Amino acid sequence: MERKVINRTHGSEAPHGSFSRVGKRARKVDSMAVATGQAVYADDIQLPGMLHGKMLRSPHPHAKVLSIDTTAAEALDGVHGVLVGAELPVRYGVIPWTKDETALATDKVRFVGDEVAAVAAIDEDTANAALRLIDVQYEVLDTYLDPRKSLTTHDPAIHEDSRHGNVSKHVMLEFGEVDEDLASSHAQVTDSYTFHGTAHAPIEPHCAVARWSGDGVLTLWASTQIPHYVHRTLASVLELPAHRIRVIQPQLGGAFGGKSDPFSHEICAAKLAMKTGRPVKFLLTREETFYTHRGRHPMELKFSTGCDASGKITAVASEILIDGGSYSSFGLVTTYYSGQLLCGPCHFPAYRFDSTRVFTNKPPCGPKRGHGSVQPRFALEIQLDRLATQIGMDPIEFRRVNWQGENVTTVNGQTVTSNGFLQCLDDVERACDWKNKRGQLPANKGIGLAGSMYISGTNYSVYPNDMPQSGILVKLDRSGLASVFTGTSDIGQGCTSVMATIVAEELGLRLDQVRVTTSDTDTCPVDLGAYSSRITLMAGNAALDAARKLRHQLQQAVGEKLGCSPGQVLLADGEAFDRDHPEERLTSRDAFELAEAKFETLVAAGSYNTPERGGDYRGGTIGASPAYSFTAHVAQVEVDTETGEITVERMWIAHDCGRAISPVAVEGQIEGSTYMGVAEVVLESHEVYEDETLPEAGLHRRPSLLEYTMPTTLDTPDLVALIVESIDPEGPYGAKEAGEGPLHGSLPAVANAIYDAAGIWLTDLPFTPGKVLAALRAKAEADAAGGTP
Amino acid sequence: MRILSFRLNGDAVEVAAPDHWTLLEVLRYRAGLTGTKQGCDKGDCGACTLHVDGRSVLSCLTLAADIDGREVTTIEGLVGPDGPDIVQDSFDHTGALQCGFCQPGMMMAARQLVSENPAATRADIKQALSSNLCRCTGYTKIYEAVERACGLERERLGQG
Repeated sequence: MERKVINRTHGSEAPHGSFSRVGKRARKVDSMAVATGQAVYADDIQLPGMLHGKMLRSPHPHAKVLSIDTTAAEALDGVHGVLVGAELPVRYGVIPWTKDETALATDKVRFVGDEVAAVAAIDEDTANAALRLIDVQYEVLDTYLDPRKSLTTHDPAIHEDSRHGNVSKHVMLEFGEVDEDLASSHAQVTDSYTFHGTAHAPIEPHCAVARWSGDGVLTLWASTQIPHYVHRTLASVLELPAHRIRVIQPQLGGAFGGKSDPFSHEICAAKLAMKTGRPVKFLLTREETFYTHRGRHPMELKFSTGCDASGKITAVASEILIDGGSYSSFGLVTTYYSGQLLCGPCHFPAYRFDSTRVFTNKPPCGPKRGHGSVQPRFALEIQLDRLATQIGMDPIEFRRVNWQGENVTTVNGQTVTSNGFLQCLDDVERACDWKNKRGQLPANKGIGLAGSMYISGTNYSVYPNDMPQSGILVKLDRSGLASVFTGTSDIGQGCTSVMATIVAEELGLRLDQVRVTTSDTDTCPVDLGAYSSRITLMAGNAALDAARKLRHQLQQAVGEKLGCSPGQVLLADGEAFDRDHPEERLTSRDAFELAEAKFETLVAAGSYNTPERGGDYRGGTIGASPAYSFTAHVAQVEVDTETGEITVERMWIAHDCGRAISPVAVEGQIEGSTYMGVAEVVLESHEVYEDETLPEAGLHRRPSLLEYTMPTTLDTPDLVALIVESIDPEGPYGAKEAGEGPLHGSLPAVANAIYDAAGIWLTDLPFTPGKVLAALRAKAEADAAGGTP
Repeated sequence: MRILSFRLNGDAVEVAAPDHWTLLEVLRYRAGLTGTKQGCDKGDCGACTLHVDGRSVLSCLTLAADIDGREVTTIEGLVGPDGPDIVQDSFDHTGALQCGFCQPGMMMAARQLVSENPAATRADIKQALSSNLCRCTGYTKIYEAVERACGLERERLGQG
């Protein structure tokens, strides 16, 4: 079927000559409720008669479930419902081609923490007591904790009906003559890199509250960033018509990709509410969130990159083994993203990636900020610095020589429109005083750079359909208020303010004259959710579409009143007037009344779908985006050669987000992304005990915020955020993404700075003191032997 | 089960709660004040920070029974007759509030610092907030918020 392209180009111009709301440093429209403690998050919801749900989880990493006896639990005073897998047999998964989850185990458990049974009771203590009364008999199976074992062995397979053993997904794509071009390169680097697993760890644990009303409507309040996919999953698994289900995302306490799968506790809350007739809440403990996971995939990456004598890249080749954990989640996309998102900001004439995601008996991995592409970016950007070092070129100059340009097609068939990477390089180079620091800082201090790009939403819709990827409604009425209804999920990134800003800009309103209702499937048109950095571009374009329809109506009605043409009418700061006679002014409320009288009730719908994009091959639309953001990071580090400790002192980050609709929010995304990336280099690691002979095999090594060592104020470098605006033809007013791109370069910039500081190339994350000391010793030995490392 | 009598945001209250409950549970699930957040329930994250007799404590590690007869101030209690406190206003003003879940605790810790040391330096601020984890902001805009609040506090005290 022909794909419908909706409202491709809105233009980047201000509607009235200059911007009055866009690009201004404003407060968020909704954060005073947060500041005063009034904002309602999922666990703040208390409903009359509400029961508390708890989950029984597997103690084994891989086992058959032989029997479950819930008799004693059901008999316990205060227990109102017990649920086992047989009652929820329908499989689900966020990607419709890989539905391999059930809400509760039906036959097997696949990781320590896999959900086995659920209980609803009058309070948490009673629910926990009931869990202890459930008797589960297991037959323990051979366990896969090493992804290399999963690659070669699959008896028994983790998913026994898989056609590919323990392989979750394999993608090999080659563009150009990679091996020949590498072989004939002037300089070449081949090395292996290890990227560990990391967790999202939002401060709000997952929570869901379900209510089954007497009229047969199920309402779920959930800490999710994808209400629409949760809606679809509930309909499918509960076997209820979707129109009898309402999903609401209340205020959300952080997500970072960790709340973008439909979860067992959401389904069990709903099913138990239906079963008991009472509202049911599930609030995961912090420990449970580490098992629920869906965090960044560990990867083993082998990379080769070549360049010619002038520094131009000749070819890039990678071979990547991805540890997916126990379920598919977004893994199909992860596998593609591990290769597809690397072809910028530097031009590759030839490129191959060969990525294999395998199942292991660990908590399932999924999308974390910079989904799938943070890991290969780490390897590539270190290789680029190594090549620059080999041929004696400055690393920034090396990137400039290889910059792909604007309005180009990448080797893998992706269309790059605007590209502000050169400006990013210039800005960080100047801000950090690169020319006076690189190679010139005192002993054991160093400075390093990395570049990156990221998508602003993707053409690939999670399930195939020809409907808009984002829809919005704007209602104006005689009160003078513009009401906006959007399915977008504000997960803290501030998209509610972005929508309000765009509508206010178009209609000439103050921000307090716009109120935005979000993420309620009953009242808001569908938006696919907060993932793939898609909201500003997609929902922003939809908001522009709706607001412009209303602006034209207002201009007509006001023009009639003032006796001028509609094009003469300006709307600004809550007023409407003839641009040639600004002395006679109407309030915007007057304008709304005139338009309502002329056109009847004032409502406009807006929609957005992506333009045709992507390479003409299987998987060519995965990673295809209407527009790409670009980032340059510089890290300044100190290496303690006595202890092996690395201190990241300061990061300079220049990010090309297209037009910055909300500059304060863009800076916040740049700072937060970089903080998170630096945390992954030196501190954080999501690991289970991997020795299969130990009784604790499969148990999380540090399932608490203390042991996981999230950075405090004292561990976080100074962050200098610099905004670059390359106005993009595809984005609303030229805007692109800011939420995920500025994470990528944080890690390789630190690695490259460590080389400048201490002459060692570290390749295995995280860079713990032991690894640093080992590398320093190896260098000292090589230096003593007269060689160069 | 016991009856607890204490002052909550200026009001005398009596709340019945199980003996083993924490102050955090009593506030959220008995007193109906959900502004104070639970992030870890074991003293790691600081989201549940509030003031007892004017000093910051972790309410998830405070047994409710210990609160009898004392003065508790939560994020809701920072709002005065003239509106939000300068700390709340500053966090909103500088863009320190992303998801906001850690921020009630962060703002209570910040409020104590602003009261005790309105001349706080960036280093003082980092030290004072080092028990409160934020996952969104990289802390930068939080520092700016506290610096702004310190400035407003100095103005209020006539210290320019």
